[in-house]
Amino acid sequence: MSGLLSTVLFVLVFVVLYQIGKASDYAATIRGEAESRKQANKALAILMCITFIFGMIGIWACHNYFKDMLLPISASESGREYDKMYSVTIVVTGIVFFITQTLLFWFTYKYQASENRTAFFFAHSNQLEALWTTVPALAMAVLVAIGLKNWFTVTSVAPPNAAVVEVVGKQFNWIIRYPGKDNELGKRDFRKIDDANNVLGMDWTDPHNADDIISQSGELHLIVGKPVKLLIGSRDVIHDVGLSHFRLKMDAVPGITTTMWFTPTITTDSMKRLTHNADFVYEISCDQMCGKGHYSMRGTVIVETETEYNKWMASQKAYYVANATPAAPTEPTKPAVLPTDSTHKAPGITKN
Amino acid sequence: MTNEAVLKDDAAVAHDAHHADHHDHEHHEQHFIWKYIFSQDHKIISKQFIITGMIWAIIGALMSVFFRLQLGFPNSTFPIMEKFLGDWAKGGKLSAEFYYGLITMHGTILVFFVLTAGLSGTFANLLIPLQVGARDMASPFMNMLSYWFFFLSSILMLVSLFVTTGPASGGWTTYPPLSALKEASMGSGVGMDLWLLSMALFVVSSLLGGLNYIVTILNMRTKGMTMTRMPLTVWALLFTAVLGVLSFPVLFSGFVLLIFDRNFGTSFYLSEIFIGGKALPHIGGSAILYQHLFWFLGHPEVYIIMLPGMGMASEVLSTHSRKPIFGYFAMILSLIGITLLAFLVWAHHMFVTGMSPFLGGIFVLLTLLIAVPSAVKVFNWLTTIWKGNIRLNPPMMFAIGFVSLFISGGLTGLFLGNSALDIHLHDTYFVVAHFHIVMGVSAFFGMFAGIYHWFPKMYGRYMNNTLGYIHFFITFIGAYLIFWPMHYEGIAGMPRRYYDFSAWESFKHFGEINVFISIVALIVFFGQLMFVVNFFMSIFYGKKLTTPNPWGANSLEWTTPINPGHGNWPGEIPEVHRWPYDYKDDGNGNDFIPQVTPLRPGEESH
Repeated sequence: MSGLLSTVLFVLVFVVLYQIGKASDYAATIRGEAESRKQANKALAILMCITFIFGMIGIWACHNYFKDMLLPISASESGREYDKMYSVTIVVTGIVFFITQTLLFWFTYKYQASENRTAFFFAHSNQLEALWTTVPALAMAVLVAIGLKNWFTVTSVAPPNAAVVEVVGKQFNWIIRYPGKDNELGKRDFRKIDDANNVLGMDWTDPHNADDIISQSGELHLIVGKPVKLLIGSRDVIHDVGLSHFRLKMDAVPGITTTMWFTPTITTDSMKRLTHNADFVYEISCDQMCGKGHYSMRGTVIVETETEYNKWMASQKAYYVANATPAAPTEPTKPAVLPTDSTHKAPGITKN
Repeated sequence: MTNEAVLKDDAAVAHDAHHADHHDHEHHEQHFIWKYIFSQDHKIISKQFIITGMIWAIIGALMSVFFRLQLGFPNSTFPIMEKFLGDWAKGGKLSAEFYYGLITMHGTILVFFVLTAGLSGTFANLLIPLQVGARDMASPFMNMLSYWFFFLSSILMLVSLFVTTGPASGGWTTYPPLSALKEASMGSGVGMDLWLLSMALFVVSSLLGGLNYIVTILNMRTKGMTMTRMPLTVWALLFTAVLGVLSFPVLFSGFVLLIFDRNFGTSFYLSEIFIGGKALPHIGGSAILYQHLFWFLGHPEVYIIMLPGMGMASEVLSTHSRKPIFGYFAMILSLIGITLLAFLVWAHHMFVTGMSPFLGGIFVLLTLLIAVPSAVKVFNWLTTIWKGNIRLNPPMMFAIGFVSLFISGGLTGLFLGNSALDIHLHDTYFVVAHFHIVMGVSAFFGMFAGIYHWFPKMYGRYMNNTLGYIHFFITFIGAYLIFWPMHYEGIAGMPRRYYDFSAWESFKHFGEINVFISIVALIVFFGQLMFVVNFFMSIFYGKKLTTPNPWGANSLEWTTPINPGHGNWPGEIPEVHRWPYDYKDDGNGNDFIPQVTPLRPGEESH
């Protein structure tokens, strides 16, 4: 019933608007085309002006509405630089935005058609054109310079003392692997993957794998103040490790290992206090369309002190201990063409 | 081919297009099918493109209404959706799979079918022959094929909406492996095959059209129409066609490889994948290769969408300000600059794919460089209306709106093109806001300006002005209300292509604003329906033109009769003596001098 009513209402509004349109056309013919065009022109110039003023008020209101809903201070060192660069860019673009929009609407109002005015024949001016080629070019040069400096810092080689953690995406969750006591991640091969007891396809012949710890709940534990390098991979389709609180993002591509390093600077607990939100948690969002569960592919980051981290680490069991049977895993019969000793960076050779 | 030869094949061309010395026995009516359906008249083909484009626009926009309902009201049900979508929205709740199908089709339809075929197809067909002074396209037959390939492509895409496993649902970019593996997603089944076939046909259509446009502009200009006397619309359409001809084949090759990976066991894009409980035999492919091939078209595509709007806005702003376009040559040079750079910036869509940071740096530089010609265009448009005598009719309002939106959307490109900022903003709502404003709404405004401006030429009638104004304000204000807040959501890291945010601590507090956006989107959608009604009613009932040149414009299309037949000009094609922007006193009290008017003694050519 309500569906029918709203349809009727909708059609009615439509018909009324259409009739207004028609009627105003007839009215214009009766009143005289020129006269009504003049009046319409004046009214529209004023309306454009009002639109502009309300638009500016709207921007201010929108800004106020969102002010306290945006991300808190960046939780990584590079993120601080990001925020600064963001501010510079917003100032530069903001100035251009306000000047050009103001001119656009002001000209529209000021130079509305009038019988007394003749348009000024002004076809070109080399000086003006040179001016507004060089000024944007210079502004761009500044933005590019700041951008490249930050870009090359963010993408630089991780410091040698950085912890290494592997993050692997699959439809639709994150698997985190820590290197364990030996600080080495063992080899893995996608052909050894078994969802029951070897989610990452770790090669049990590699002793480095024996102490590796896997979190299938997508919980990434990090030590505050210590650089960490993420080795990012995917089991199936392209995913993306999105860390908005750290202002970072990197794709997880099957067949390729990507990396990203950063230094977390604020623990989860401090952030809870900073944001006055007891439920605060750093989240890993998947930022590359990966299928029907894309929106639910959530991981978390726990940034903690070294003591807390060690305590948590001590409570974890190595994945091998929990899953691999002591008897050598029976190698499933695979086509002979597949090399049996390849690491996860398998060379691209197959005979078929 | 000469202008007269073009029409020779078309046996039943309208009589009045021929020279006066032709005999009466050639005068016979064309059959309906040849005149309106398999027509080779560029004006009819342009109408076919615009009407097909409008049907697609309504379908694509309706899809956005459905998924905006889901985003705004994730916990409500809308039984009406079940009527439209059947099992995909059981009980009035959109399924996640179909949500992704809808966003994919929304993107594909709007980008390719509406803003490429519907925009270029319509205006290149309508304006190129009329504005350069040609009887028709260089090859009217190829031109007809261009439309019918588009039509076939449309049918396939439409069919894909109705297959059991749903339409393609990997996003309009359809990145493999998601789009390559049937196990990865339901939409990667038959729906994806149909999508690829449809797009392959679309590329054929686009190439047939584009080659024709280029040849027509280069070879078929009337006497006196030098390249530098062409209106900026023609320049813009020329570069649009060049972009399409050079980049669509690359996209095609990308699709062919994807078809092979999907059906014939190759590994171009696939490597080391474990899915559906088993490891696949593919090794050595690169998923990133597809992205390079895709974006090599994908980025020029943005300019394929923008350039026609830029050209039409230039023309409309100049005509209705009663002033010449400011910096005609700078406008052409900036078009050339944009065209060249468009081919060199594609990888800015891929900053976070793990590609070499050095390469990323190069693409930052080239991407931000493109801001320079864009800025020149904006300042030239502003100077064009400065000290003008501005007639605020619907085309002019939309052209002003175009400039406003182009500024807003262009500036946010400076954030995304700078890799150090993109690393946070990539694939968030900031991107959604950016490209919807600049290549979505702004391009639409260019298109609306063109439709309101040239409707009298197409149908010999006016569209209703009052409805045009209502349409303008609803769309202009609505577009800003929808997309402005999205920037903030994106700055807060809110990812795009999410079906539901309620499980996320970081994003769930935007529920209220998502409701607001959805409601405005609904209103704007109905506003567009009003435009559609205005368009079709005006074809039949609009006020009739009484003069062939209603706007007092200079360019050649307004020297044709009110309802030109095939061949455009009865008798000889007029000769051109001046550039199209001589908006000045002609000595008889008019404020414009058409291109066909010879230079007065002592008057200098532009």
